[in-house]
Amino acid sequence: MEYFLQQTINGITLGAVYGLIAIGYTMVYGIVGMINFAHGEIYMIGAFVAVIVFTLLGMMGVTWVPAAVLIVLVTSMLFTAAYGWAVERIAYRPLRGSFRLAPLISAIGMSIFLQNYVQLLQGARVKSIQPVVTGAIPLIETGHFQVAVTYIQILIIVLTVLLMIGFSLLITRTRFGRAQRACEQDQTMAALLGIDVDRTISMTFMIGAILAAVAGVMVTLYYGVVDFFIGFQAGLKAFAAAVLGGIGSLPGAMLGGFLIGLVEAYWSAYFSIEYKDIATFSILILVLIFRPTGLLGRPDVEKV
Amino acid sequence: MRKTLFGLLAATGLAFATSASAQDIVIAVAGPMTGSNATVGEQFRRGAEMAVADLNAQGGVLGRKLRLEIGDDACDPKQAVAVANQLASKKVVFVAGHYCSGSSIPASEVYAEEGILQISPGSTNPVLTERGAKFKNVFRVCGRDDQQGVIGADFVMEKFKGKVVAIVHDKSQYGKGLADFAKARLNDKGVKEVMYEGVNVGDKDFSALISRMKQAKVEAVYFGGYHTEAGLIARQAKDQSLNIALIGGDALFNNEFGAIAGPASDTGYVTFDADPRQNPIAQQIVAKFKAQGHDPEGYTLYTYAAIQIFAQAAAQKKSIKLNDLIAAMQSTKFSTMLGEISFDAKGDVTSPAYRVYNWKGGKFEYAM
Repeated sequence: MEYFLQQTINGITLGAVYGLIAIGYTMVYGIVGMINFAHGEIYMIGAFVAVIVFTLLGMMGVTWVPAAVLIVLVTSMLFTAAYGWAVERIAYRPLRGSFRLAPLISAIGMSIFLQNYVQLLQGARVKSIQPVVTGAIPLIETGHFQVAVTYIQILIIVLTVLLMIGFSLLITRTRFGRAQRACEQDQTMAALLGIDVDRTISMTFMIGAILAAVAGVMVTLYYGVVDFFIGFQAGLKAFAAAVLGGIGSLPGAMLGGFLIGLVEAYWSAYFSIEYKDIATFSILILVLIFRPTGLLGRPDVEKV
Repeated sequence: MRKTLFGLLAATGLAFATSASAQDIVIAVAGPMTGSNATVGEQFRRGAEMAVADLNAQGGVLGRKLRLEIGDDACDPKQAVAVANQLASKKVVFVAGHYCSGSSIPASEVYAEEGILQISPGSTNPVLTERGAKFKNVFRVCGRDDQQGVIGADFVMEKFKGKVVAIVHDKSQYGKGLADFAKARLNDKGVKEVMYEGVNVGDKDFSALISRMKQAKVEAVYFGGYHTEAGLIARQAKDQSLNIALIGGDALFNNEFGAIAGPASDTGYVTFDADPRQNPIAQQIVAKFKAQGHDPEGYTLYTYAAIQIFAQAAAQKKSIKLNDLIAAMQSTKFSTMLGEISFDAKGDVTSPAYRVYNWKGGKFEYAM
């Protein structure tokens, strides 16, 4: 039982990261109907900015951890927001109204471009930082097994839940959220009613990028290791999470993220770790067979 | 007529362009210049560049300058084959490479067909030199996993006698091969591991694996794989306050392992050939590297030695033909940065000297 609890904590932490990235995929799909394959790379850039800023802060002698983490978060968000905006502006906006596959190909190109760009700029080696947040709280202590949750796991889970709440409020309660939902439903009609569609789409990309930056910073804190290739793997899992939850649905992305994290943890806990990715994607396929729109996705209603 | 004129022009142009280098002997260094093992690729490149510069400064080989090509396989078997073909098309006579056994073995097929001498500075999987007469062109200056796996396993049994042991590998040809040799040795001696698991290269999250080890009360882990995953496992074990010793192979023998594992690296043990940086003969070169701001760690001097061996073999037979080189390699005692080296009929070094190291305070020290 204690062991199960510990693996649940591991899985939720992992799932929180997937969920944060998955929101970016699902939001963009919701508003422009395309998969932004460069989103994983935005997350990778967020993680790189985190490593660079942490190192700089260490050199400047900023040792108070909460301040350091906050500075890193804000810097990383600013950078990735700029990248998110630029990617949309350069690679997708000119193709809007073109045939459906064009932005998809453009997205794959952008992903390869960003990967190589970071590789050339930062080198191909693995970058690592010393542990910043250390320590753990023992939850249950039996003679047999100690359940512990590390501070960084708490930070990841709490921050993710807060961001998800804040984000839901943003979409359901604010002027921007209303504009965003309107654009999702009908861009022409939204434009006729005075909504700046281009701006709303740009904002959507930036918000997705900001959430990916949070994920990137958290992963840097959690694992302490970053390379130019991490965006691909995390992006793939997060994309799977978005599809599992129902692409286009925000609560679905979060649910999908947590589910994939938990499946990975439980499978590794009780079966062979070697096959955990096979298990994850098998479940994705099973869900899609029985619910082609994902767990919380709405089916496309064919209007006659 | 115009065609011939053009051809003539092109031919003369080409002759002019290459006249300076047509006499050069082209050799190559190949390894993971990018990817998660790029730190080792860099060791290869630095070792090779230094060796070529030193040899050229002494007048080259057979009176001809050496020219170095660099091949990047990123430790990807497919890319390794592509790189090998590329090098063959550049008329390379000798390749110092590759690093990952999973790359060296498929690439050696190309070198065997094209008649290119291959000396691997760091591929330790036994298969590389165990494939019979077709692969006479393949040599290595490092030891083999069936040797270091046994030494690692013996170390586990001596240092961590009676402790709970787990075996983890990264599913790569090198990693799984090494883990299996260690496992066989442990099981032979009556030590049964509580866990035998494979992880994915490139994974960053090992929390589930660590919790599982915690559940099984693991105290020592034998890890077959590369330094990135090993460092992450050590680091995340410490995060979950699981105190384990991690014992691994030669691939962990670089400073990046310590950087990734952080404070957890002090319980890291590694088997590696005798550290050539401590050879009296190598002191001058070590100082030269340090003057450039680099520590010639890991496989740097092994790559240097591989090129020295090629140069000495060529000088001895006054030829760079493959058969002459092979004949020289199999009969000569070479004097290199690694000390005296000779090869057996398979292409392995005759006296490998594996030692166990412990990472302490930022560097590896002999532990046994």
